[in-house]
Amino acid sequence: MIENAKQLAEKADGIRKEHAGRSKIGILVSMGTCGIAAGTTPILNAIRDEIKKQGRDGEVEVIETGCMGLCHSEPTVEVFDRESGASVIYGQVTEQQAAAIVESGSKPAAGATALSRGWYYPEDEENKDNALQARIVLRNTGRINPQSLEEYLVQDGYAALAKAVTTMKPQDVIDTIIASGLRGRGGGGFPTGKKWAFAAAQKNDTKYVICNADEGDPGAFMDRAVLEGDPHAVLEAMAIAGYAIGATKGIIYIRAEYPLAIERLNIAIDQARKEGLLGKNIFGAGFDFDLELKYGAGAFVCGEETALIHSIEGMRGEPTFKPPFPAISGLWKKPTIVNNVETYANVCAIIRKGADWFKKIGTAGSPGTKVFALAGKVNKVGLVEVPMGTTLRDIIFGVGEGIKDGRAFKAVQTGGPSGGCLKATELDTAIDYESLKALGSMMGSGGMIVMDEDDCMVNIARFFLEFTLDESCGKCTPCRIGNKRLYEMLQDICEGRGTMETLEKLDTLSRTIKDTALCGLGQTSPNPVLSTMAQFKDEYLQHIQEKKCAAGVCHKLITYTINESCVGCTLCARNCPVDAISGERKGRHVIDQDKCIKCGVCFEACKFHAIDKS
Amino acid sequence: MGDACSCGGCVGSKIGCDNVLDKFPEQKADLEKYMDSLPIGKEKEANRGLLIQCLHKAQGIYGYLPESVQLFVANKLGLHLSEVYGVISFYSYFTDIPVGENKINVCLGTACFVKGADKVMAEFERVLGVKDGQTTENGKFTLGGLRCVGACSLAPVVMVNDRVYGNVTPAMVGDIIADCK
Amino acid sequence: MINLTINNQPVSVEEGSTILEAAGKLGIRIPTLCHIKLDCFNVEHRVGSCRVCVVEVEGRPNLAPSCCTPVMEGMVVKTNTIRAINARRTMLDLILSDHPKDCLTCEKNLECELQNLAQEMGLHRIVYEGEQSTYPKDMANESIVRDLNKCIMCRRCETACNEIQTVGILSGVRRGFEAVVAPSGERPLNETKCTFCGQCVAACPVGALTEMDHTYAVWRALNDKTKTVVVQTAPAVRAAIGEMFGIMEGCTTGKMVTGLRMLGFDKVFDTDFTADLTIMEETHELIERVKAGKNLPILTSCCPGWVKFFEHQFPDMINIPSSAKSPQQMFGAVAKTFYAEKIGVKPEDMVVVSVMPCLAKKYEASREEFNSSGARDVDIVISTRELGKMFQEAGILFEKLEDSEYDSPLGESTGAAVIFGATGGVLEAALRTAADWLTGEDLKDIDFKAVRGFEAIREATVNVAGMDIKVAVASGLGNARKLLEKIRSGEADYTAIEIMACPGGCLNGGGQPYIHGDTSILKKRMDALYAEDTGKTIRKSHQNPDIKKIYEEFFGEPGSHKAHELLHTHYKARTNA
Ligand SMILES: Cc1cc2nc3c(=O)[nH]c(=O)nc-3n(C[C@H](O)[C@H](O)[C@H](O)COP(=O)(O)O)c2cc1C
Ligand code: SF4
Ligand code: SF4
Ligand code: SF4
Ligand code: SF4
Ligand code: SF4
Ligand code: SF4
Ligand code: SF4
Ligand code: SF4
Ligand code: FES
Ligand code: FES
Ligand code: FES
Repeated sequence: MIENAKQLAEKADGIRKEHAGRSKIGILVSMGTCGIAAGTTPILNAIRDEIKKQGRDGEVEVIETGCMGLCHSEPTVEVFDRESGASVIYGQVTEQQAAAIVESGSKPAAGATALSRGWYYPEDEENKDNALQARIVLRNTGRINPQSLEEYLVQDGYAALAKAVTTMKPQDVIDTIIASGLRGRGGGGFPTGKKWAFAAAQKNDTKYVICNADEGDPGAFMDRAVLEGDPHAVLEAMAIAGYAIGATKGIIYIRAEYPLAIERLNIAIDQARKEGLLGKNIFGAGFDFDLELKYGAGAFVCGEETALIHSIEGMRGEPTFKPPFPAISGLWKKPTIVNNVETYANVCAIIRKGADWFKKIGTAGSPGTKVFALAGKVNKVGLVEVPMGTTLRDIIFGVGEGIKDGRAFKAVQTGGPSGGCLKATELDTAIDYESLKALGSMMGSGGMIVMDEDDCMVNIARFFLEFTLDESCGKCTPCRIGNKRLYEMLQDICEGRGTMETLEKLDTLSRTIKDTALCGLGQTSPNPVLSTMAQFKDEYLQHIQEKKCAAGVCHKLITYTINESCVGCTLCARNCPVDAISGERKGRHVIDQDKCIKCGVCFEACKFHAIDKS
Repeated sequence: MGDACSCGGCVGSKIGCDNVLDKFPEQKADLEKYMDSLPIGKEKEANRGLLIQCLHKAQGIYGYLPESVQLFVANKLGLHLSEVYGVISFYSYFTDIPVGENKINVCLGTACFVKGADKVMAEFERVLGVKDGQTTENGKFTLGGLRCVGACSLAPVVMVNDRVYGNVTPAMVGDIIADCK
Repeated sequence: MINLTINNQPVSVEEGSTILEAAGKLGIRIPTLCHIKLDCFNVEHRVGSCRVCVVEVEGRPNLAPSCCTPVMEGMVVKTNTIRAINARRTMLDLILSDHPKDCLTCEKNLECELQNLAQEMGLHRIVYEGEQSTYPKDMANESIVRDLNKCIMCRRCETACNEIQTVGILSGVRRGFEAVVAPSGERPLNETKCTFCGQCVAACPVGALTEMDHTYAVWRALNDKTKTVVVQTAPAVRAAIGEMFGIMEGCTTGKMVTGLRMLGFDKVFDTDFTADLTIMEETHELIERVKAGKNLPILTSCCPGWVKFFEHQFPDMINIPSSAKSPQQMFGAVAKTFYAEKIGVKPEDMVVVSVMPCLAKKYEASREEFNSSGARDVDIVISTRELGKMFQEAGILFEKLEDSEYDSPLGESTGAAVIFGATGGVLEAALRTAADWLTGEDLKDIDFKAVRGFEAIREATVNVAGMDIKVAVASGLGNARKLLEKIRSGEADYTAIEIMACPGGCLNGGGQPYIHGDTSILKKRMDALYAEDTGKTIRKSHQNPDIKKIYEEFFGEPGSHKAHELLHTHYKARTNA
């Protein structure tokens, strides 16, 4: 049991010494959901076996860690030297490489792919000047064992909580958060300190602190990475929030699709309780706080805070009208704050290092960093954390190292289903909450999907609408019926039935839905439509007027024709499922356009590039 | 219902007919034990807060939520059956239809979509002869879509039961199916 | 008080008021669809789901739903900007795009709030087209038709069923475009614990929930020469039927009787007669139980919605309600035995039609135990609304009719029977008789005002013959549940309780003319019933001469063997699923 702040400091020091004495070399194996999916488990075992085999048990220690963010190179392993601090990171590791990796310690092993440290360690001396990334939220993720409280304590874990409850008044905590300018990372960007102040001002014996770990934006996975990789940071921050607003109970609402995060959170909660870091009279300061997990059940709209609260209460996840805001009347009608995982992940560092330190990072209006899940057609897919104000270009072409397979960049989608698509001319936008909004997109939770010339923007808009349709709670008219009609119009355009009137209706209906929908889901669901219409109007027009899809995605609009390279091998004709191709052996074949169902089989089959797709 | 079981719903790996409560006493005891460990009280509103975790537990046990199980949960919590059904039908995680032995879920999240998840889904539909959300006649496979498992770096992703396949192409579909027991 | 301006006009309203209320104060109407407020029951359904009521609020990025946006100091509201008007129209355009445009053949035609709005807002063309929802029509029960293709998801029925009635049949199910309101498993109503109280029907603004129409069966019977067709009219019908013809105040009993004769009924009788009979039996039972000091409190049993409710949800308590049948079923039994015998008609050649404020009565008549005559005692039940429609169909100008009297012998009734139509009425009627019986006097002071009114639960202790009788009255099944739970826990020590399933009693039954949220109409109905009571010379059931006669001729005395055979029933525990 850690009973006061002094004991915490002593304990951390003790662990540091013990670690240093225990092993010289540490091997971090990335064991997040994605790492495991990419096959790190056998590698972990191989490395363990190898250590035994080489008789280096006392010297080399394997550490299971969370997501390193180097998703593009998974499976990833980092080997570091505790004394010198030197390390080497390997990507695309195989079991066969285990021996060499164990053997060479913190020097690059032959036969294994060492990655540049710069991507991952922006704080390194040599990267300092040109580092694009900065790590606050991900400071521990991928670097410590998330299942070990000791490792968290070594990284000053729970020092912020100790500082808050033993040296600060609740109001001081709130003032610090307000002064830091921290804004909610769940999408809206609402000032976190202000939200806490509202809740703190409510006179009520019971209040709640909720962590929104529903992470519903498809293509975003930073909250999962934090929960899997640094769960104690979230627990600590929630306790700080509890202290600030006068709550003794916390709830983490987590999506059921994240079993590993759930497991690691449960371990962390147990550990913290055992050490008295959660529970009664924390750090002897007379402050009680405990928390529990509640599971989602597959509903994106439950990320919306009122829906989330209803879901915790065991109801259908339908949002309700605000006001009253949760900070006034939330869970079980008690004052409640709902904050995102990443928001909480910033809190401890701010308390420890102060508001001024935090404000120096990022922009004036949006201080700090933002984690993005960079995905899609970009070379370095991964988790990136950059200071607010970084340009899209720096993220996609700098950190992300450009577009895959040498294709041309077409658009980047931010903000998930609530966001929009930005095109090349917007690449130099310094991103923060306001700038993205001004461009008709959103910061959202941090999904960033890069698209290239093979993506059809009308189809992307249709895809997002399909998502919204699936996920709408169905409560209010504009979202339940309006989005269905939007979807149908987009479907019409994608299938060649669109007219200029469709386009006009699409625009007016989109605006009306935004203007009238009950909750954030409906209020933002037309964003992908409006932003693609604004940025890629020509593509819409092409679909409508020329009945063509330049990206070759909308298959009803594609025509397959056979050109003069045809040698008459008959392969295509034999493969066509509807016998649409005819021709003499050794003669040029032709496609009967009336029969063709545009399945593309012939296109794939022809070995002579004799089939054109347009 | 009735004693003799002839509905054929049991074809899947989990228990498949609406008679499950009586026919599988061990499972019922498991659910009952779980629910008895919860702080169920007189206040309906407070009990409702326990509903979703009970449904998770029950679906974990039976694989799906037949009406008899819904009613069992409803009665223990003092809720109306309609409330329970309203919740089940809202959340895509819950189902009142028996599922196949293997759950094949194609990620249809954005990252996977731009990397061609729709083609993977189409291929599964073609090979298995069922549509998204359906179960094959032999009860072996249930095909579904899901929205992001957070392994977007491996897009397109397919999840079979608890196993994640990354960078899936339509050509791999046959092998993935063959991989299932 | 909060000060704001709406359309440039200043207004001040109480804190917590909505923009809608503030606008109302200025005489500005903002269209609404999902919102409904039932003042006299303190019920407000404020989901904010239809978005038809949106207005512009200065400084707000999007439009505000006026029905659920609280006013704020200095708020500047515009209700009639082009932006707000267009948005409101679009909401209707969207609803119509997922709605069968079947007005001409719709049960709700000319009573439909959606149709009214479409007209009011000048929707003259269909703007959006696309897939429409298709749900099977539920017509499997006697009382209610659910045609969810017309549902606009206002969720009023859900509030009626779950919050007001706490029966818990209806829930939002599925989500997105597929979302709809349905019972568990989306099964038909007759496979649920639905009480058929019809409060959901009364709440539905459109034709998604309507009564099962039985008027055609009535026409057929009336045209069948081989049948003797008699009709009975429930107490609450007379206080509401006039509304369908513009008569908003007072009972129109006499006109109604004339109209029924014009329709061709052979005899026009009054359920009030058997209401008096009910009092005889029930009061007898009350006194027996009080004397024995056992099985108390006694609960009234004349409301079939209430009966079905306790059968499902309080099966452990089925022995405490009175075993007396409801007036409707007593009438059927008496008509097809006593009366049929008297006029020499075989029961199978007699058709008993009821006109009821109630949809549960349709179901009640079909309960298999109600076959004292060997077959169904009550053949056809129509609602007040259906009777109104029959008058219209027959070209009867109701408002112009002369008054006439009910036929004898099942047409004579007392003031005690009339007030059955209002919550508290049955108990008051029973007390009038009980007091006389216990004291052996003809008491003058017979207005038990403490049990009258719309208040949720009303309690009173009445001193009768030196004995304190503690009574309670609840209307609305949610209030009934509260009382029952108190009884179950032993917390309550009542002697007698009256329960009516519908809030306010039968005057607000599921088969009454629609009030569209205007509860002042209910107050008028209540006043009308009590006025009718006061206007009667005989106001105590046991003093009804025809009642006395029927006991002399037929039943002997209250609680006799014969009475038990024909006038009493039993209840059965039903599943609580
Ligand atoms: C449809 C919808 C989905 C949302 N999903 C999430 C989510 O998955 N995670 C999240 O943290 N916030 C989500 N939000 C935002 C939350 O409602 C809420 O604003 C946020 O959790 C507040 O935390 P913050 O202030 O720390 O950002 C969503 C909002 C909407 C409207
Ligand atoms: S906007 Fe959509 S998700 Fe939000 S309340 Fe309306 S229907 Fe539900
Ligand atoms: S496969 Fe290519 S080369 Fe062969 S017949 Fe077809 S188009 Fe010609
Ligand atoms: S696209 Fe498919 S249908 Fe059309 S010609 Fe080629 S193989 Fe045949
Ligand atoms: S519900 Fe109303 S709008 Fe719809 S068809 Fe009936 S009358 Fe017409
Ligand atoms: S008003 Fe118009 S739609 Fe209605 S019946 Fe007359 S012509 Fe037909
Ligand atoms: S009739 Fe009454 S009990 Fe039945 S669904 Fe309607 S409101 Fe509920
Ligand atoms: S059935 Fe009627 S009351 Fe119920 S939600 Fe639909 S429209 Fe509203
Ligand atoms: S209160 Fe009257 S109208 Fe309502 S269900 Fe009961 S008997 Fe019918
Ligand atoms: S390494 Fe785990 S998400 Fe990329
Ligand atoms: S979008 Fe498929 S795993 Fe994230
Ligand atoms: S009446 Fe206001 S939202 Fe429906």
